[in-house]
Amino acid sequence: MSTMRALPVGDHALLVELGSSEEVEALHAELLRRRAAGTLPAVREIVPAARTVLLDGLDDPGRFAERLTGWEIPPLSPGVRGAIEIPVRYDGPDLAAVAGLWGVPHDEVGRIHSATEFRVAFCGFAPGFGYLTGLPERYTVPRRDTPRTAVPAGAVALAGAYTGVYPRSSPGGWQLIGSTRAVLWDHARVPAALLTPGARVRFVPEEL
Amino acid sequence: MTDRAFAVVRAGALTSVQDQGRAGHAHLGVPRSGALDRPASDLANRLVGNHLEAAVLETTLNGSAVRPRCAVTVAVTGAPCRVTVDGRPAAWGAPVRVAAGAVLEVGHAEGGVRSYVAFAGGIACEPVLGSRSTDLLSGLGPAPLTDGAVLPLGGESAPPVYADAVPCQGPPRELVLRFGPGPRTDWFTERSLHTLATALYRVSSASNRIGLRTEGPPLERAVHGELPSEGMVLGAVQVPPDGHPVVFLADHPTTGGYPVIAVVRERDLAAAAQAAPGTPIRFVPAGRR
Repeated sequence: MSTMRALPVGDHALLVELGSSEEVEALHAELLRRRAAGTLPAVREIVPAARTVLLDGLDDPGRFAERLTGWEIPPLSPGVRGAIEIPVRYDGPDLAAVAGLWGVPHDEVGRIHSATEFRVAFCGFAPGFGYLTGLPERYTVPRRDTPRTAVPAGAVALAGAYTGVYPRSSPGGWQLIGSTRAVLWDHARVPAALLTPGARVRFVPEEL
Repeated sequence: MTDRAFAVVRAGALTSVQDQGRAGHAHLGVPRSGALDRPASDLANRLVGNHLEAAVLETTLNGSAVRPRCAVTVAVTGAPCRVTVDGRPAAWGAPVRVAAGAVLEVGHAEGGVRSYVAFAGGIACEPVLGSRSTDLLSGLGPAPLTDGAVLPLGGESAPPVYADAVPCQGPPRELVLRFGPGPRTDWFTERSLHTLATALYRVSSASNRIGLRTEGPPLERAVHGELPSEGMVLGAVQVPPDGHPVVFLADHPTTGGYPVIAVVRERDLAAAAQAAPGTPIRFVPAGRR
């Protein structure tokens, strides 16, 4: 990980910037391993994102940054965890628009999407909302020009390189390609979030 | 009318239940939340003999009124305000015994923004991920108070600690926010960094529990283009495309895509919670530890 860069964030946090989403996942996995083994200094939050991992609530971020440069970070071992299956109906209002952007017939969108293995790169925007990567770059789509004031809970959506599922109804600018009855967030459930960073995900089509 | 609960007589502009928040879940997109003026909410809890984890009410600008269904000791701290029980003046910043069925009125803030009301035994709403805090960004925790709502109270555990006088930092005439380095300081021009550290900003009326918004000279970026979403901390000074810095408070989003130029020290954020719209702000670079 020659491209790792530790940026100061105030007095008690550190933002570690990496070269790729895969490097973020590898560092995140290593941080969790070390925390479980009790060899990580006390830290309140470990927040992976697109190209960074935030460590918040560190006593001495400067010292931790120095130690981090000496770490050997093993590459990811694929397929250790089974994929979470999310049932989906490819019936979203933006399905035609996405098919147009991809240059494929309408019914191909669901076929391509459900044949992809996704990974939860990080969570944000709302409790339980995961940013899922896995679609090849040619399937990148822009956000809608005008965001919707209400996207229903369970909407399966695309924006940029990401797929996401809205945990609850909220405003949103992503392109809606489908819907699921899976419950993404339930604070009375343990764990509350269906998707956590690093998890594998597959979308399984249901009959319309 | 002897059950341990209180009814909301006048909810006020925005009154929410707050405790120390739900840290440790940011990786799931869950904000920290919790009382914005922690020293004030801690003091209110101490005055009624609660543990500091107990949930209190946080009012906004125009107070709130409640009617306990049981006799209970309460204390009001934070923004100074008129406190009455059934119309009779009662002490601010001290334990007050309220009889069952009496109305506790927390008046308009006479300075500052947020008053805190602790009840002996604490507010006993169902915790969500270990906290009873209302999170206005993501809607976790109890809903903000509405007229007529009834909230449960916990059992009184310890006798109240009677204090003759309590330390009270008045609401700031000028808000001084000392800041440390931000991860994206290098995304801004040298001139913008100078502007942040020297110009006079004011608290915008668009401020809320998510962020303290500011009015003042906009900051210019040296690096244009999009920043991939990254983790955000309490006190982060995020600069959206309009150039007006926003200081992230307790209900801030856990990730964001606008660059963070600086990070305000946590101990200065209690004063930020009490700075009314129009209050002058100075951002002061803090010496590195």
